[in-house]
Amino acid sequence: MTSEPSSATEAGPSRRAVLTAGLAVGGGLLLGFRLALRGARAEAAGGIFAPDAFIRVSPSGQVTVIVPFVEMGQGTYTSVPMLVAEELEVGLDQIQVEHAPSDEKRYTHPIWKGQLTGGSGSIRGAYQPMRRAGAAARMMLISAAARSWGVDAETCRAERGWVIHPPSGRRMTYGSLASTAARIPVPEQVVLKDPKDFKLIGTPAKRLDTPDKVNGRAKFGIDVRVPGMRIAAVASCPVFGGKLAAVEDAGARAIRGVQQVVRIEDAVAVVADHTWAARKGLAALRITWDPGPNAGVSTAEIARDFSAASHNVGVVAANEGDIDSARPVRKVEAFYEMPFLAHAAMEPLSCTIHARKDACDIWVGTQFPPRGQNAAARVLGVPPEKVVLHNHLLGGGFGRRLEHDWIEQAARIARHVDGPVKVTWSREEDIQHDAYRSYNCSRVSAGLDQAGMPLTFHHRVVGPAVLARFLPLFFKDGVDLDAVDDALGPYAIPNVRVEFVRKEAPPGMLTGNWRGVGAVRNVFVVEGFIDELAHAARKDPVEYRRALIQRSPRALAVLELAARNAGWGKPLPRRSGRGVAVYSAFGTYLAQVAEISVGRDGRVRVHRMVCAVDCGQVINPDTVKAQIEGGVIYGLGAALYGPITLKNGRVEQSNFDTYPVPRMNEVPAVEVQIIPSQLPPGGIGELGTVGVAPAVVNAVTAATGKRLRNLPIDPAVLKLG
Amino acid sequence: MSYQLKVNGTVHPVDVDGDMPLLWVLRDVIGLTGTKFGCGIALCGACTVHVNGAPRRSCVTPIQTIGDSEITTIEALERSAVGRSAQQAWLDLEVIQCGYCQSGQLMSAAALLAANPSPTDADIDAVMAGNICRCGTYGRIRSAIKRAALFLSSTRTEK
Repeated sequence: MTSEPSSATEAGPSRRAVLTAGLAVGGGLLLGFRLALRGARAEAAGGIFAPDAFIRVSPSGQVTVIVPFVEMGQGTYTSVPMLVAEELEVGLDQIQVEHAPSDEKRYTHPIWKGQLTGGSGSIRGAYQPMRRAGAAARMMLISAAARSWGVDAETCRAERGWVIHPPSGRRMTYGSLASTAARIPVPEQVVLKDPKDFKLIGTPAKRLDTPDKVNGRAKFGIDVRVPGMRIAAVASCPVFGGKLAAVEDAGARAIRGVQQVVRIEDAVAVVADHTWAARKGLAALRITWDPGPNAGVSTAEIARDFSAASHNVGVVAANEGDIDSARPVRKVEAFYEMPFLAHAAMEPLSCTIHARKDACDIWVGTQFPPRGQNAAARVLGVPPEKVVLHNHLLGGGFGRRLEHDWIEQAARIARHVDGPVKVTWSREEDIQHDAYRSYNCSRVSAGLDQAGMPLTFHHRVVGPAVLARFLPLFFKDGVDLDAVDDALGPYAIPNVRVEFVRKEAPPGMLTGNWRGVGAVRNVFVVEGFIDELAHAARKDPVEYRRALIQRSPRALAVLELAARNAGWGKPLPRRSGRGVAVYSAFGTYLAQVAEISVGRDGRVRVHRMVCAVDCGQVINPDTVKAQIEGGVIYGLGAALYGPITLKNGRVEQSNFDTYPVPRMNEVPAVEVQIIPSQLPPGGIGELGTVGVAPAVVNAVTAATGKRLRNLPIDPAVLKLG
Repeated sequence: MSYQLKVNGTVHPVDVDGDMPLLWVLRDVIGLTGTKFGCGIALCGACTVHVNGAPRRSCVTPIQTIGDSEITTIEALERSAVGRSAQQAWLDLEVIQCGYCQSGQLMSAAALLAANPSPTDADIDAVMAGNICRCGTYGRIRSAIKRAALFLSSTRTEK
């Protein structure tokens, strides 16, 4: 997704946030913000308050924060409650976290305009509204206490779930004040703390979700067990866009525990008492597929097609100065390519669903709950409000669980099953039916002046418009705003142009969002190419960048810090090298320096990855570090391993043997230093992944003199002798 | 076939085919879902359990090969001092992100620590390279194993 409309973080939600309050069940205070939504107060009946509540205080004093973002490892179940707790004056230890239900009217994201978790957007979207909600609740609780004591609210203060009146020494708990506070009007003016007074924000906090993750108690979507539940294993047509032609199922039916064979248009499922019977049943089927129009499609053909399209003029996405009339003394051109990639989250896709005549329950872990809910409603022909989606912890998202294809498929299967059924994909299905990061390519050129500095920069992005399908709001005038995100880098170049040439993968092959999204593809191109320009100008890559980002102090600061921490310029052994990437995405600035060596066999070993980050106001510093560390490892996979390839319309990879991912013995030490800031928070989840591949290929050039312009790195090119 | 499976100190009678992997018996029949499915062919380690104390990939361990061996899953890891110190080190260093692979990581790490009280980096690599984490928590896992080892050695010294 794009970081383009990030101004919404600042103005949008806070301006539109309408605070409402009312009585919760049992007389507690419920408070939340609703985004430009009127008439949602019906729930006052029976003492239950607004559907858009994010905070609930029970008469016993229990504070519950209803988090509108899903937890997939990024720490949102801790950092979002921290925002509320900071202003509400409670400790994190006093907070209980709840998943928000699927409800786009209440929980739509202020930037993305959908109830989704992704695009490094949660803290950006929550920073103001969640603090405001906490502050308003605190003010109301203080008012309630002041009234009952007959004192001026100004003379009271709040602390760890108590309202205290220091002059008299009186104190009352939030719980005992909840029902009174619920009758107090929501304050129109809410004063937020000065960052210098933060007690929680910016201080490392222990994550709230992890204690249950060391003892097996945490429940992911795949762990759901519903009474009477059957389990289904599924095989989809291995050729994208193909159909199921025929199934001979006598063998499967003979297997103990197999209950049913379900045929749908493009897949077949075996429903059984347990996973093993379902899998054995699936293996025993004799399936005939109708491969359809993609039977001959190969990656080579797609690459040729995209490459040819890169010679076409695209839709202009950015144009400053005049690249045509500038008069450089030298021109540099390059063509960059990036392969199809799978997400390979550790939890294979799974969805449990109980489809009934007029209603449905879904148990799943998804980044975009309403999409799953609506898809099931369409398939089953029931109104969306009759579909209840119970969201769970996600065993990794990385963009894969932003889609809803597997939920829709589960609904199509569940239509034929009497009772609840859990549809779990094998790892092979997961790799072969992903929402792939598409193959894509870029044609770049620059004109250099006498001193070797760029006068012009022309970047033609060739790839799919994922957002035209996924978030059409961000597909404007023929340009996918994510696809061109960061296509110019942070550099001040007088004449620049970005073009977008839309090319889609074969119909039936789903392409989607992959960690780092648009930035991860464009920063690879821009940072690789800027490095080429530095070499063309015979300048040090850090010095060259420094000269081009003088007007971007935050970019400059992270670049200088990372270079210093990495010991930039210090001698390294033969066939070793350092490479750098600097960029800004999702409101955050990051510089990464990779230190690598290249073996005689051409294999690249990354020893260190030094990162300097300025993400504005940090909420939970340890989470920022963890996200960068993990993001680097994820990006390393794309730099060194993969890719997903197609032959005869089928994905050739199937499991971690043919689609390897980084393992413990292969990963570098990742060092992260945060530059303190009180500017509005930027995103962090996508960031660490973005600069890894360019930093590594730039280091390979430093080590070997070879310039790599496609991924993953091919050891054969770097082999000695 | 019916089997008497000893899991976490309790005997579970189960009536399933002998080729059924332990993973699915635990998850689907007994209802212990802490042990995770990741790849199905012993490539990722998410399904690691202990069989008589030794780490085993339950996704490729047919139930008929278990006999009267004692099976320990993540749900009972806290019953051993090694298990508790690994869990505590994991929390102390905030190893975990999504957490899906961490049952397997912890079971592998605990088996390593039980066999080798002061593992070197190479020892850790040799064992832990079999456990994939897509969140990229490897650096912290390594540190946590060392921290748990240090804690265990200090408690042994105290005794």
